[in-house]
Amino acid sequence: MSLVEIVRFALRGLWANRLRSLLTMLGIIIGIAAVILLTALGNGASQYIQSQIAGLGANSITVLPRQPPQSAGTDGRPLTTADVDALSDPQGAPDIASVSGVVTSSVTVDAGRASSGATIVGSTPSYFPGANVQIATGRAYTEADVAAGRKVALLGATVVEDLFGVGADPVGRTVLVNGVPFDVIGTLVPSGNGGGLSNPDENVLTPLTAVQGSLTGFGDLSQIVVQARSTEGQAAAETEVNSILDRRHGIDNADDRDYQVISARQLADVLDQTLGAFTLLLAAIAAISLVVGGIGITNIMLVSVTERTREIGIRKALGAPPSAILGQFLVESIILSLVGGAIGVAVGYAGTLVPLGDFRPVVLPSAVVAAVAVSAAIGIFFGAYPARRAARLRPIDALRRE
Amino acid sequence: MTSPDESGPGAGQTLAVEHVIDVRGLSKVYGEGDTAVHALRDVDLTVRRGEYVAVIGQSGSGKSTLLNMLGCLDAPSSGRYLLEGLDVAYLDERQQAVLRNRQIGFIFQAFNLIPRTNALAQVELPLVYAGVGRRVRRERAEAALALVGLSERADHRPNQLSGGQQQRVAVARALVTGPALLLADEPTGNLDSTSTGDVLALFDRLHAAGRTIVLITHDDEVAARAERVVVVTDGRLHEVGVPG
Repeated sequence: MSLVEIVRFALRGLWANRLRSLLTMLGIIIGIAAVILLTALGNGASQYIQSQIAGLGANSITVLPRQPPQSAGTDGRPLTTADVDALSDPQGAPDIASVSGVVTSSVTVDAGRASSGATIVGSTPSYFPGANVQIATGRAYTEADVAAGRKVALLGATVVEDLFGVGADPVGRTVLVNGVPFDVIGTLVPSGNGGGLSNPDENVLTPLTAVQGSLTGFGDLSQIVVQARSTEGQAAAETEVNSILDRRHGIDNADDRDYQVISARQLADVLDQTLGAFTLLLAAIAAISLVVGGIGITNIMLVSVTERTREIGIRKALGAPPSAILGQFLVESIILSLVGGAIGVAVGYAGTLVPLGDFRPVVLPSAVVAAVAVSAAIGIFFGAYPARRAARLRPIDALRRE
Repeated sequence: MTSPDESGPGAGQTLAVEHVIDVRGLSKVYGEGDTAVHALRDVDLTVRRGEYVAVIGQSGSGKSTLLNMLGCLDAPSSGRYLLEGLDVAYLDERQQAVLRNRQIGFIFQAFNLIPRTNALAQVELPLVYAGVGRRVRRERAEAALALVGLSERADHRPNQLSGGQQQRVAVARALVTGPALLLADEPTGNLDSTSTGDVLALFDRLHAAGRTIVLITHDDEVAARAERVVVVTDGRLHEVGVPG
């Protein structure tokens, strides 16, 4: 007896009980759809966060001053423009593309009609690529502006909105920063709060020298923004930053550092690990529903075998070998779970087309392959017992059953 | 085209064994100890090729048990059963299935057709298990249905057929593999007199064509159509000889 005939008998058996077959499949459909959907959610969230982190400046490394632990026995040294110059040395730091010293300060910005709280960020032109800042209107400040200490400013989107209203272009106007007049030369593209340490939309970007000359004085730096030459070279760039600053600050032990290095890469690694664990948890929950669906198949196949005992007896009397009966019921349960699995994949995939908030679920091809393989395995595993029971029925007992 | 009875007496058989059935000292005991029921006691029976034998007896006499043994549906407690010279005790489950498929055609009182399956597919079923290809299968099933006069009912399902028609479909199904032996268990028990006449006439024709038939009944009129009658009482078998 050929496999084609066995499949035909199985399909006929399933078709005879269409509604029951469909309801049995529902367990598998829900299980597989849940696995596809939940792993897609985890994957989508991971990709979304990766892209948000890339928005922070994929290759950028931020150095912040830090209070060293008591064991270091020192208060530590601040970050200075001399540190910036040392990091800028292409000999000592070949993987570093640019270095920007940054001074920040909380200020009040006044445009006459309205005023707003903001953070003034004084730096050099390399800060724009280093911090991944995009200019909406106007221009960035130049090295010449920095050298001359010109009081020019670029306003973040929230600052523009607060001072001039939505959609206004303040280029050419003058604002008072803590009473000091700055000429507005540009505005910044809204970042939508890239999930960073502070909201870049509330920043006012000016030349470093202008902030130091009028507001903070020529003292310590608030941070240093370093840009690596490439994404691949970021780890090497971090090492270079650490070794140069350790040498300059006289630090022997990494625990005693008076600065800390934060990179998008580190952030991405931590978030990736967290999300990976989360996705695994979701998939495990979905897998439980798959097992429940599989037990549903066993249950229905047992009912089916009991219900069709007489039919099995007739088939045996007509010369059906045990393998044909086993095959028929096994193939029935495999078809149930495979068709259920296929529908589950389709339903799960359709579910991922619905955007959730800011991110969209992204289907993992490996999850689809695994789901189909698992559903076939469920058919074999959970169908084996009822099918064996049917195959082992003695024809005389099966025929006597009414 | 291959027809089930084209090949004449002993259709499909090349073995030169005189007795289709050769039973010696067959017993069947259900249960153990004090509660043991002796359904068959030391039964001897031989059936020659082409014979038409009726087994009669009261209900509970053991005649159905005998038929189950002869059909390899149940195993005897003791004794020897040769079917076409082959000792069935040495066959495993799969080999017994092949034996039932090739050598035995069953006809049951309750027809035992597969629900929701049309007549042609019913008749094709034993050939499917025999591994016969689709085209040949169809031809032989159509020929078998033609033989029982149901060609135009080939696409009807059991619930669309009368009792007599269902039993004729069952006869076609029993014949289609060209078995050495037709075993009929009260084939007319659920039929009205007209249908009974049809089915018995069909058996007469099959007998005339050389088929070996063993028929169980409690109806003397049905038994009278056979060429030889044996009686089962309390698990023992007695030859009665040619009736009437």
